[in-house]
Amino acid sequence: MTPEPQTVQPSPPTPTATATRGLTPKLHLQGVTKTFGARRVLDGVDIAVAPGRSLVIIGASGQGKSVTLKIAVGLMRPDQGQVMVDGEDVTGMDASDRARRSPRFGMLFQGAALFDSMRVWENVAFRLVIADKTPKREAKDRAIEALGRVGLTPEFAGLYPGELSGGMQKRVGLARAVVAHPDILFFDEPTTGLDPITSDVINNLIIEEVKRLGCTAISITHDMTSARKIGDEIAMLHGGRIVWRGDAKTIDDAENAYVRQFINGVAEGPITGDAGPVRGASRRPRVGAG
Amino acid sequence: MNAVRAIGRSTLDLVRSAGAVAIFAGRGIGAAVSPPFFLRQLRRQVWMIGYTSLPAVGLTAVFTGAALALNIYTGGGRFNAEQIMPQIVALGITRELGPVLAALMLAGRVSAAIAAEIGAMRATEQIDALQTLSVDPYRYTIAPRLTAAVLALPLLTVVADIIGIAGGWLVSTATLNFNGQVYVHNTWSFLTSGDVTSGLIKAAVFGFIVALMGCYHGFFASGGARGVGRATTNAVVSAYILVFASDYVMTSLLR
Repeated sequence: MTPEPQTVQPSPPTPTATATRGLTPKLHLQGVTKTFGARRVLDGVDIAVAPGRSLVIIGASGQGKSVTLKIAVGLMRPDQGQVMVDGEDVTGMDASDRARRSPRFGMLFQGAALFDSMRVWENVAFRLVIADKTPKREAKDRAIEALGRVGLTPEFAGLYPGELSGGMQKRVGLARAVVAHPDILFFDEPTTGLDPITSDVINNLIIEEVKRLGCTAISITHDMTSARKIGDEIAMLHGGRIVWRGDAKTIDDAENAYVRQFINGVAEGPITGDAGPVRGASRRPRVGAG
Repeated sequence: MNAVRAIGRSTLDLVRSAGAVAIFAGRGIGAAVSPPFFLRQLRRQVWMIGYTSLPAVGLTAVFTGAALALNIYTGGGRFNAEQIMPQIVALGITRELGPVLAALMLAGRVSAAIAAEIGAMRATEQIDALQTLSVDPYRYTIAPRLTAAVLALPLLTVVADIIGIAGGWLVSTATLNFNGQVYVHNTWSFLTSGDVTSGLIKAAVFGFIVALMGCYHGFFASGGARGVGRATTNAVVSAYILVFASDYVMTSLLR
């Protein structure tokens, strides 16, 4: 049973209730707003993801996809609204506090965000050693095992991230995200900057790992091939709101004008180019935020 | 009216920045004095900040001590007071020049390096990655640098004091016909423990300032490579200014 695609245009209510089919959502963003300077980037985002489901958020550049993900992870705080995990309000917690709790978070960053002063295996084992206090020998074994699952042989374990290609760095980033068995996985533009074949490899690895761990996945991308492949559901973010949400298989039949324009990649339509710079979105002024 | 508005805006910006730095420093200190401690990171930073700064600090100190000796000899000669030169050199080095010069070397070398390193970590989302890996970036990146600088700069200052006085001794015995043993005796008998400890207290505060400026500007760097460059410049300039300002305050208090 899959949720019916719903068009929400131009305003809420958004289809969060149907999307979780009566279950307590694993992750639920309720009425989230975020403003940078004079520009309101998120204007009441309301989105829920059921346990074990993979949701992909698509949208044009500058529409707030990254901000939504950062708020969901805890790297940024919303001006208004709540972030709920398993029904518990975690809005006030930062990412390191959220990651420490159960359910566990894991995240694959757009540029992999590997620590360049550490070897590949140390990157993968970082959380195990530093946060979970796993003995170093055991952590190294688990890191090498995780690297093997993403197609990297033990010879790569001793290299530094700078010695790897972009695709390999993404694999390492994925191994690092999954090595501690997270319950919720976040993917930030997982295939951006990769060639189509490497992108497909990464997509397949994401599907395999999400399935193996049985976790909930939230991805943001504007790569429709990736969105169709890794998502059970797709939601489209535009103008600071979710304007459409439905089963990934049904997106090509969607009648929503924003979705039509986006998936067809045409200039003509209601989406009128980049929304412009978001001052402060890449920077997190934690000072003063508690 | 515009001038009043500009002054008001600048004042508000200054107060806002001071508040942000104070809160950042508070979080950094809190992380530095409470567990968990990342001792491997601390060791690495002590090595980076302390040991690798030794050549620069040592060379600066020897030349400063030598130049100071020459200047005091010339100035003292106008009052027939050349013989007090060793005492003045020792006092000047231990109370003022040792800690200040070591701090300035550190500000130029280490503050810039810290800002660039943490700024690059911010630009490449490594700081965010730390958080998603359940690690508080204040504990892992900020606290070890603050602690290392507070520990390393007094040690560097001891080295600067010794080498600076040795520089004065060298130029005095080699070119000004001072007796080496008498020079050492005069220096040793004149210096008090207060002269040395006041310099070391200053050094610890300077170390904190230098590391704090590097960490703060790097942590909040934005705008890619240009932003990292701007953070590096701001870190060095603000560290220099704060070192001199705090030097005056501490000199007043530690007289």
